[in-house]
Amino acid sequence: MERSIRQMIKDKKEKQKTRLNFMEKLVPGLLLLCAILSVLTTLGIVFTLIVETFTFFNRVSIIEFFTNKDWYPFFEGDPDYGIWPLISGTLMITGIAMLVAIPFGLAAAIYLSEYATDRVRRFIKPILEVLAGIPTIVYGFFALTFVTPVLQNVIPSLPVFNALSPGIVVGIMIIPMVASLSEDAMSSVPNAIREGALGLGATRFEVAVKVVLPAALSGIIASFVLAISRAIGETMIVTVAGGATPKLTMDVTESIQTMTSYIVQVSLGDAGFGTTIYYSIYAVGMTLFLFTLIMNLIAQYISRRFREEY
Amino acid sequence: MQLIDQAKVKKNMQSRLTKNNILKGVFFGATLFALVVLVILLYRIFTQGIGYLDLQFFQNFASRFPEKAGIKAAFFGSLWVMAVIAPVSLIIGVGTAIYLEEYAKKNRFTTFIQLNISNLAGVPSIVFGLLGLTVFVRMLEMGRSVLAGGLTMSLLILPIIVVAAQEAIRSVPKELREASFAMGATKWQTIRRVVLPASIPGILTGGILALSRAIGETAPLLMIGALTFVAYLPENLLSGFTVMPIQIFNWTSRPQTEFHDVAAAGIIVLLVMLLIMNSIAVLIRNKFSKRL
Repeated sequence: MERSIRQMIKDKKEKQKTRLNFMEKLVPGLLLLCAILSVLTTLGIVFTLIVETFTFFNRVSIIEFFTNKDWYPFFEGDPDYGIWPLISGTLMITGIAMLVAIPFGLAAAIYLSEYATDRVRRFIKPILEVLAGIPTIVYGFFALTFVTPVLQNVIPSLPVFNALSPGIVVGIMIIPMVASLSEDAMSSVPNAIREGALGLGATRFEVAVKVVLPAALSGIIASFVLAISRAIGETMIVTVAGGATPKLTMDVTESIQTMTSYIVQVSLGDAGFGTTIYYSIYAVGMTLFLFTLIMNLIAQYISRRFREEY
Repeated sequence: MQLIDQAKVKKNMQSRLTKNNILKGVFFGATLFALVVLVILLYRIFTQGIGYLDLQFFQNFASRFPEKAGIKAAFFGSLWVMAVIAPVSLIIGVGTAIYLEEYAKKNRFTTFIQLNISNLAGVPSIVFGLLGLTVFVRMLEMGRSVLAGGLTMSLLILPIIVVAAQEAIRSVPKELREASFAMGATKWQTIRRVVLPASIPGILTGGILALSRAIGETAPLLMIGALTFVAYLPENLLSGFTVMPIQIFNWTSRPQTEFHDVAAAGIIVLLVMLLIMNSIAVLIRNKFSKRL
């Protein structure tokens, strides 16, 4: 009798052990699969973009794509596929956005990290978070129905669709990003350095600009570069308020089209699967992807290469 | 002999202090700018949209007449898409995070995955739309369906969830793990019964924040081909659908200004939903943040 109970316990232990061993072997594999999925996503993106872009370049020569200065894919007889108008539209929006986001974002970061008391910081940081969490379509609505009419009061000749208004709003949208990343960089400068400068008689402003800012410069620049990348990829604000007229221009009051808003325009329209226009969105998407990828890599490089270790 | 010229120092100091004070004001003003914009934005949207926000707005489908237009299809469409995104992105995201934090060796492959995830977070959302259009809609023949949209969005928010879950798992004290191992637990038992329960608040907070990003995202679903004029509710995972941001986009891009007010009403619904989700996330964070 005694023996059989012992046997039973042993049996059960054995059984449990095999099950446990099985799980121990199985689980890491399953988890690895999850992790690999993210790599597959990247591969999927790169692969679809490359394959479909190649299909596009079989129909439209790559030379035309980079040398033609017109982008009129919807012309029935002789469509033009020159990427430059879309790039110039994108860069114009990005430029305006950075003119807004860098001064305001950096000033907010300096204030939060060098001047603000803990109480003020606890009040302002959530506001920035809320601003960062607002969907871009809401910003687009805001640009079209508020910012454009306000700007039209200042510049009466401003058309409903223009580059200025979405540019400003994209800038507002990325203020929180610049502010919080720059503030992180500035906060990581050790207090001892600040105290050293204050002890030598520097004012807080001098500490901020002459000591903290140079020490945190790599992080701050990286935040700018990431913000540029974000502005380049921004879609809904420019689609709603920027218009759909691709042109090479330096005039911010004109209606333009960005790479992103062209892709949206095509996906909304009835260009069927297999047409040249359908494939053109992949070529534009590839260009967009390369732009943002290069920006992200530059940001990573800057923050790794030039980081001051304390 | 006097080494310091007191008068000169005083004069110099005064201007430096003034400069400091003025610039402090400038920096503070720049910071307030964000607050001012937020207030204007919310005020505009509420005054514009509140008139259209009634029970009917939730009961009606899209319509050509502003006073009959409603958000029903978009509201339920958003819920359907969320029902796909939440399980898919949480399971894969937390799985990836557990692998990277608990199992992965510190080698090139792990660094590569980590780098890949942070780069994926920087890819514009519309590019994910192109991926979804090619892979889910065309290659896997899911069509312009809830499933295709949900899977695309899951990939989009995956990096956010992975990073949040990694932080949550990393913040579980080592002692807990070691105690569990000392009691004879295996690695997976430790993860399942010790590490995961301890990190679940952080994971949930990050997950909800990522979902609230997904619920406001428009561009990828436009690419997938979510419809802009839908007068029915999705019936299964392969139904056509629309979501709130797309409906709002549709109303915003109409020329009649009445539709702008309808769009504002839609934005209020969307913002309230985001507010609720974020409050839940903050509640979870506050409730559990003291425990460890």
